[in-house]
Amino acid sequence: MPADEAVRAALAGVAPEPGAAKPDPILVVDDVTRAFGGLKAVDVAHLEIQRGAITGLIGPNGAGKTTLFNLLTGFDRPGSGRWRFDGRPLHGLAPHRVARRGVVRTFQLTKALAKLSVLDNMRLGAPKQTGESFFGALLTPWGRQEKANTEKAHELLVRFQLDAKADDLAGSLSGGQRKLLEMARALMMDPTVIMLDEPMAGVNPALTESLLRHVKSLRDDGMTVVFVEHDMDVIRDISDWVVVMAQGTVIAEGPPEALSSNKDVVDAYLGAHHDRALEFDAEGNPIGETAELVTEMESVELGVDPSQTPTAQSVGLDRPDRGERT
Amino acid sequence: MRPPGRGRPGDPGPPRRPVRLLLTILIPAAALLGLAAPALAGAVVPAVTQETIPVDGTLRNADGTFLSGVTVEALDSGGRQVDQTRTDAQGRWELAVPAAGTYTFRIDPESLPPGTELLQGEVTRDIAEDRLSVVIFRFGEEGEGLDTSTASQVLRLLVDGIRFGLVIAITAVGLSLIFGTTGLTNFSHGEIVTIGAVLAWTVNVTLGVQLIWATLIAIVLGAGFGALNELGLWRPLRRRRVGLIAQLVVSIGLGIALRYAVLIFFGGRSEPFVDYTSQIARSYGPIALTDKDLTTIIVSIAVMIGIALLLQRTRIGKAMRAVADNRDLAASSGIDVDRVVLFVWMLGGGLATLGGVLFALSELSSTVYWEMGFRLLLLMFAGVILGGLGTAYGALLGCLIVGVVVQLSTLVLPVDLKYMGGLAVLIVILVFRPQGLLGSRARIG
Amino acid sequence: MIDFSVLLTNSLAQLVGTSAVFYALLALGLNVHFGYTGLLNFGQIGFALVGGYGMGIAVTRFGFPLWGGVLFGMACGAALGVLLGIPTLRLRADYLAIVTIAAAEILRLVTRSTSQTDLTGGTQGLTGYADAFTAANPFDRPEYSYLGVGFVRTELWAICAGWTAVALCVLLLWLIVRSPWGRVLKAIREDEDAARALGKNVFAYKIQSLVLGGVMGALGGIFYALSVQSLTPDFWSPPQTFFAYCALILGGAGRVLGPVIGAMLFWAFLSFADGLLRQATGGTDPLIGFIDTQDVGAIRFVLVGIFLVLLMVYRPQGIFGNRREMTLDAR
Repeated sequence: MPADEAVRAALAGVAPEPGAAKPDPILVVDDVTRAFGGLKAVDVAHLEIQRGAITGLIGPNGAGKTTLFNLLTGFDRPGSGRWRFDGRPLHGLAPHRVARRGVVRTFQLTKALAKLSVLDNMRLGAPKQTGESFFGALLTPWGRQEKANTEKAHELLVRFQLDAKADDLAGSLSGGQRKLLEMARALMMDPTVIMLDEPMAGVNPALTESLLRHVKSLRDDGMTVVFVEHDMDVIRDISDWVVVMAQGTVIAEGPPEALSSNKDVVDAYLGAHHDRALEFDAEGNPIGETAELVTEMESVELGVDPSQTPTAQSVGLDRPDRGERT
Repeated sequence: MRPPGRGRPGDPGPPRRPVRLLLTILIPAAALLGLAAPALAGAVVPAVTQETIPVDGTLRNADGTFLSGVTVEALDSGGRQVDQTRTDAQGRWELAVPAAGTYTFRIDPESLPPGTELLQGEVTRDIAEDRLSVVIFRFGEEGEGLDTSTASQVLRLLVDGIRFGLVIAITAVGLSLIFGTTGLTNFSHGEIVTIGAVLAWTVNVTLGVQLIWATLIAIVLGAGFGALNELGLWRPLRRRRVGLIAQLVVSIGLGIALRYAVLIFFGGRSEPFVDYTSQIARSYGPIALTDKDLTTIIVSIAVMIGIALLLQRTRIGKAMRAVADNRDLAASSGIDVDRVVLFVWMLGGGLATLGGVLFALSELSSTVYWEMGFRLLLLMFAGVILGGLGTAYGALLGCLIVGVVVQLSTLVLPVDLKYMGGLAVLIVILVFRPQGLLGSRARIG
Repeated sequence: MIDFSVLLTNSLAQLVGTSAVFYALLALGLNVHFGYTGLLNFGQIGFALVGGYGMGIAVTRFGFPLWGGVLFGMACGAALGVLLGIPTLRLRADYLAIVTIAAAEILRLVTRSTSQTDLTGGTQGLTGYADAFTAANPFDRPEYSYLGVGFVRTELWAICAGWTAVALCVLLLWLIVRSPWGRVLKAIREDEDAARALGKNVFAYKIQSLVLGGVMGALGGIFYALSVQSLTPDFWSPPQTFFAYCALILGGAGRVLGPVIGAMLFWAFLSFADGLLRQATGGTDPLIGFIDTQDVGAIRFVLVGIFLVLLMVYRPQGIFGNRREMTLDAR
């Protein structure tokens, strides 16, 4: 039985409701909260992620998806909460330890290392390099390991159609190619769970198809994939299971087909369900308190203080030019 | 022919204005290497000079008043007197020693005004030919020095600390607001303080305007200087999208250039204002304050309240807070960010000037010197970080703490280490509360 | 009249002189910090100070042999790196800048404090630690001349020892930045969150970087202390760090040889400007009358400041750098 059918079969018996128990969960999240100022950005009571499945995490802007990602991967500290990976607690670990355990993430704003070559970006991903310790670099023959890593990198680059660019600086790649590079680089770590933060955002539509294929192939290789997306069509296409967030909480779960008929989900997207109204202008950009919340959450994602974010480009929001301060 | 005087890493620092450097060639470089002092690299050291080397200093009592008519003598290593002089009305003295070497400089205790307590009246120094040699004697508290109780000493230091903290805060508000609105960590802010004080000094001493008016004129000029900074450098740099770290390095370069430009035009000495140079302390219950100290405190508090009202009540103040809070949001809600930033620079420049004058009056015995702002800069940073970078009220609180710590630290630390306490607080706070006392919790990096 | 032959030979001597060595060592360390890891250390002179004084104190006060003093000085540099790194390396870049410059000032204040005279010599300084270094001088003629540039034997000995130290540092850097270790450093410079997401312990690497560059700075201080044979506290003041930054940025940050070439050129240029100004302003009938010769030292600092601003704005990649690869526009 192909991987996708097997996964769907396993999930067939799961009740489509928030916090539903899965037959073989690899990630189990309990009572996670994170507040910015007085605003609760994340408040998830219980969530399980099925092993070997592609789980889509969707929700409107400001729903707390990226914040949840940051929390689970150690990039942000929760107000409270526990989560286990393969039965072992993962909370409280520094990001690099989370990654070494096998839970590897990508970022909404690609973090291709612009002034390193594509190949160096890839080699950086390889785990347990003896040449990465100071004395190891000077005193051990790390050349052989480097060669093996380079070969592995080349194979992955071929798979992601980046082999021709191997010696270029990563900064010269297009937005879509950077997404591919980031995904390929994450695979250098042989992850068990790969968490993709909006892999399709800002990607040329022509590349979307191939990106989706790559995401599916990750599952077919036995990895568990969790990805954030706000485009419902993309989700429907490739997810085995979908988790819907709004205002920081999980409001619905289920197989993708079941969601378009779910009233809560529709309400969340149309904004009819809010106790604390999220405000958006005509173009869907957040305004007022909502915008502040979003900025704050983004800046946490970027690891800087909001008042002096020198970063261009907002995250997942097409806000007007933020230039000037770079 | 051998090129002269090379091979010495450069002279960094304080105003050792090379005294009578002659363009002579040659001194056996072996001898040169043996000298104690780092020569100005590339500078030329006088050849086998027979000229005398001046050594000078200023005698100032612990309360800051100058000691005039005091006898100072220089003895060579064999104990022979080589020169002798008396201090002038400004407490200044200058002696000449015949050649480089080790000399002992001594004050004749008999010539001191009665009641003056001499802590260190004899100093032995290596005198080199190529640097300015200043000898400092230390004096203790006049009269009361020994019998004050610890409690009253703590109280006095506390008041001194609050005064000093207020002065730091006045200068640092601009630094904090500029950081808040533009993200610039401005290492040249100390020079705005110095230049402000120098402007006030110039108007006061050269033009003969009474110091209060001179200060007001200087504040206007200082605000103009702030505007010049913004319009002439920082706004164009932001337009060019120069990164924040690059801007930080630029501010360091600007700071060096301005600091030494002040040295060139103002000179390396401490120059006193015409007014308020020596005042007698009045008693207010257990504490004693000079009028200028009291004025410093009152003016600082009044200005701080003014700033608070400005931030809370006025349109421009609210706009400043909005920009500091979230620049893009402010811009998109119709605030002219450039105008607000310009205003912040002018405000910062004016406040730095006022702070510079108050700093000179209350901490430097009413004198101005070229490096005063730079010396204050690190304490400003300490205060601003302590309170939370970019928050105006945090800056006030943090600076007060730094001022008090600096003064109280003299209880346990030697006086020449008192600034160390303020800087140490900075490091300690970063360990335990990196976002500052009033900063909100957010991951910083 | 201006004597250009003197100016040129003087500048030529500065290309390889002790100043160039001193700033090259400082800038090599800064290159590890700033050029490769993106750390803003503005207190490099503090590392040099603990190196120089560490050695001087170990030898004169505790009777270490010279080599022991040198090792102790380097260890002091390493310890300062750890000490400064722990509170600041998790914070934003400019916090490190402020803390390092503050720490360097604290160190200078402490060494010059009269309370420390027994240990550091206070404002009178420290001497008498360099005898073994002087005694080891293999040059026996009083003076040597190469290409019209003369060197006194003590100076030549210092220069040779200094450039050997520089060469060793360059070799070490060349080896290490090409290794996977160096790759991680560069990744941290580019985006430390990306490095974290790939399982790299960013904090540990930053500490290592701070220590490695700090030891090079300490080596610079040790070299300076040996070449002038006396330590005075006010030499170790903040502008020295900024000079080293000028040298680094001039030569190109993030290149192995950048800081060395930068230090040589920077110092040669500075001494040329200095000599020119002195000749133009000095003498009985100065070419430029309105500037006092004694202001030349200060004018030099003004020039350095302006130079740093212009370099940062127009050529942040250094004179040989390529804008595409430039590393200084981080964040």
